[in-house]
Amino acid sequence: MTALSDSGLILPRYRRDPEGTHPPLDSPGYKSTGLRHPKQPLVLLPHKLTEITGPLLGPGRLGEFDNDLTRQHPEEPQGQRIIVHGRLLDGDGRPVPNSLVELWQANAGGRYKHVWDNWPCPVDPNFDGVGRAVTDSEGRYEFTTIKPGAYPWKNHDNAWRPAHIHFSVFGTAFTQRLVTQMYFPDDPLFSQDPIFNSVPDEKARQRMVSRFDLSRTVPEWALAFEFDIVLRGREATPFEDEEDE
Amino acid sequence: MSTPSQTVGPYLGLGLPWDDGPSVVDEGTPGAVWIRGVVYDGAGKLVPDALIETWQADADGRFDHPDDPRGATSGFRGFGRCPTNDEGEYGIRTVVPGALPGEAPHINVSVFARGLLHRVVTRIYFPGNAEANAADPVLAAVPEDRRGTLIATESGDGYTFDVRLQGEGETVFFDV
Ligand SMILES: [Fe+2]
Repeated sequence: MTALSDSGLILPRYRRDPEGTHPPLDSPGYKSTGLRHPKQPLVLLPHKLTEITGPLLGPGRLGEFDNDLTRQHPEEPQGQRIIVHGRLLDGDGRPVPNSLVELWQANAGGRYKHVWDNWPCPVDPNFDGVGRAVTDSEGRYEFTTIKPGAYPWKNHDNAWRPAHIHFSVFGTAFTQRLVTQMYFPDDPLFSQDPIFNSVPDEKARQRMVSRFDLSRTVPEWALAFEFDIVLRGREATPFEDEEDE
Repeated sequence: MSTPSQTVGPYLGLGLPWDDGPSVVDEGTPGAVWIRGVVYDGAGKLVPDALIETWQADADGRFDHPDDPRGATSGFRGFGRCPTNDEGEYGIRTVVPGALPGEAPHINVSVFARGLLHRVVTRIYFPGNAEANAADPVLAAVPEDRRGTLIATESGDGYTFDVRLQGEGETVFFDV
């Protein structure tokens, strides 16, 4: 789990994810990658002090209704009320407690409250689509929000993004920083979406799809979806005093 | 198996910026500097929908983190976050970090953007530390003709560090 680095300090190291877990930066189906992906090979960064530490951001960053996107305005937003909950875990199933979870999303019609989003679907004056939560001692988080709609995006002919919620999490180390998207089960738009399909491994792709959770629905009030987020785990075996990753 | 990364998309500006994001240290902090730069794409066009995040040690080379085996510090946040503006510019107010055991002073940088399906990671080193930079093992692993992309230049109120995602003068990015 730890390694004596060449500086003489005992430091944890983080496992690299198996090939196919993350999208290649050069993913031609998603046109914006064309001029934005590095073409030079990445240089391997050993895990030293700056990599095995990271910002520990928690309760100080939360406002009263940050985890309830349906209560941020005097009136309620339009759309299907949902609870989105889950756990923030590391690759060994250990919860990541007291950790900031940020999300942003489109409204029920698929429109973001952003000046650049101008497709012909109304903005909802009662929905900002921005939320924050901090995980509890068992790594759990929970949001109340509105199910986002799909939206068109001009990447290819008649391109539609499947409904999704953008998630940002930190874990406890720089190595674990992750921004992802949560999808909904059985979306018929998956097959034509190059962003969802940019993840090569089928099992990894399914980790981005939330699970309908009947047990957490609230009668006469809200549906529920469960979405666990798994970050890189630590190396299980000790290493010699060398950088051999 | 980990949850896959996905792009922040074009509307990251809704969810990720914080009012105090660019302020790793408060105004008036002794030794405070601004690190400013522009993010460019492979056509040399500025990128107005990117986010820069920084992570660094304090001026003494310490992290306020339980996995730093050298012990507790002053509560230094160490983290900065700034979206690029319409001119592709970002700015972070911080202090220059101290040296770490076996490493020259540096700041880790994550770049997120529409069109990046995964963050790209780079490092800022400082021009006044020629000797420490020459001995730094991470810089040593970078081809010599590309090392310069990791070294900030001095400017009026601190340092300039531009990010070129692709093409001529492409910034060195790391596989973390
Ligand atoms: Fe989106």
